[in-house]
Amino acid sequence: MSTAPDSPRPAFAFIAFDAAGQPHLKAQRCTSCGATYADSERIACGRCGGRANVLEAFTPAREGTLHSAVIVRRGFPGIEVPFVSAVVDLDGGPTLKGTLRNVGLDPADIAPGLRVQVRFDDALGRRDKEGNAYVAHYFEPLSA
Amino acid sequence: MSEDIYIVGINMIDFGRYQHRTPAQLGAQAALAALDEADITIGDVQAVFSGSNYTTMIGQRVLQQIGQTGVQIINLVNACSTGASAVRMAYTAIKAGEFDTLLCVGVEQMTGLGMLGGATPGSIPTEGILGSATMPAVFGESGVEYMARTGATQGDFAQVAVKNHHHATMNPKAFLRKETPLDMVLEAETIAWPLTKLMCSVNVDGAAAAVVMSGEKVRQRGLMDRAIRIRGSAMASAPWQERDPIMHDVNGPTRLAAQKAYAMAEVEPTDIDLVELHDCFASVELQHYENLALCGEGEGVALIRDGSTELGGRIPVNVSGGLLSKGHPIAATGIANMYEIALHLRGQAGERQVEGARIGMTHVVGLGTSAAVHILEKA
Ligand SMILES: [Zn+2]
Repeated sequence: MSTAPDSPRPAFAFIAFDAAGQPHLKAQRCTSCGATYADSERIACGRCGGRANVLEAFTPAREGTLHSAVIVRRGFPGIEVPFVSAVVDLDGGPTLKGTLRNVGLDPADIAPGLRVQVRFDDALGRRDKEGNAYVAHYFEPLSA
Repeated sequence: MSEDIYIVGINMIDFGRYQHRTPAQLGAQAALAALDEADITIGDVQAVFSGSNYTTMIGQRVLQQIGQTGVQIINLVNACSTGASAVRMAYTAIKAGEFDTLLCVGVEQMTGLGMLGGATPGSIPTEGILGSATMPAVFGESGVEYMARTGATQGDFAQVAVKNHHHATMNPKAFLRKETPLDMVLEAETIAWPLTKLMCSVNVDGAAAAVVMSGEKVRQRGLMDRAIRIRGSAMASAPWQERDPIMHDVNGPTRLAAQKAYAMAEVEPTDIDLVELHDCFASVELQHYENLALCGEGEGVALIRDGSTELGGRIPVNVSGGLLSKGHPIAATGIANMYEIALHLRGQAGERQVEGARIGMTHVVGLGTSAAVHILEKA
């Protein structure tokens, strides 16, 4: 995946851009046992041990179900809090970790089972040493 | 059936802050105490299994302090299971027949390290974008999963902290020795809901050491009076699970290690008189009640609510105060848990003594993941 030096880069290996520059998720699935991975460069399956020839690339669903989430109120120095750290099972796999936004900060607002969607956005304005911008994934409630 | 293997000397330093001492000095203090209890010298030790996550070559550094005998030293880095891994290695090395007297040391100096968590390598910081990699968030997410499955509440998690902190008031080696009533635990600063500050273990400096010996050597040296038999010694990594390692699974490896340890020891969960388990966060203690088969599936909540795991209850858990009170110097924790069990099996635990304790279990689990379970019995 080549990007122009001045265009945003994917923040994680499971995010890619299509020809039109639109971000999407990419993942791998084991055709032998069904395991899914938020990865694109695996050479074997961690579940059944199948080799690269049984792994296929696929584009995961952008909707999923919140499996677990916590409200982070003290983070590493320099990191703005509060925010919601979430584990989401995308429909059809894989499981993805990320930040859940556009929700209240009451435990009832982040109860497991909440239906969520994946949105792509700038990575909180963070830039690398060369000044490049990054695109990250965020979870948002489906109803929002 | 090969012969039994024993711990004949085991000790831990008081966990706390030692800014002006080196990891080697802390390890040396624990090692000498263990050697003295075993009534041997460093010259009798045939090899060393040592571990630290933040200091390289810790075994060599310790022997530079207490005696450079030139023996084989193997250093281990196995997250929170490091200390227990050293004992496990000693157990298998003696079982293999090459050695009969081994020293195990776990050391960690953590003052000033701050909150732990995986710093993701990459171009930009990912904390706050990729959720949180702090340990309170990671274990909080595991706790919320448990809540959804069992109906446990934040109050149930808080009660674990109340219990373990109460136990620690009877343990002079613990770092935090004060009563923390339920209100105090719940009203403490929230780190990552549902975990408040008093539901998280503290980074401290610490060291613990053990002398492991073959049965023949124990008899030859006349040490059976203090010997603790290692009846079960088992470790496991995380078996494949759909969310691991995106969401680290501390349950699966603990269950695997426990099953293997019970089978090796040929005992049932009901035979266990007390347990020192890995309460790095209050929530996970309830998960481990079930993982270690101290109760049935979903019954961990009942165990804390009915007082079964308090001192005096059916199966006391973490009467040392646990990691929540002792503090958690990563590589020292595994051997420190065994030290607590040894005290009880010998009837030397003072006012927190579990009466008539005959068989005890220790457990640690480090993210990544590695779990260790040992079943110990008074010889
Ligand atoms: Zn597979």
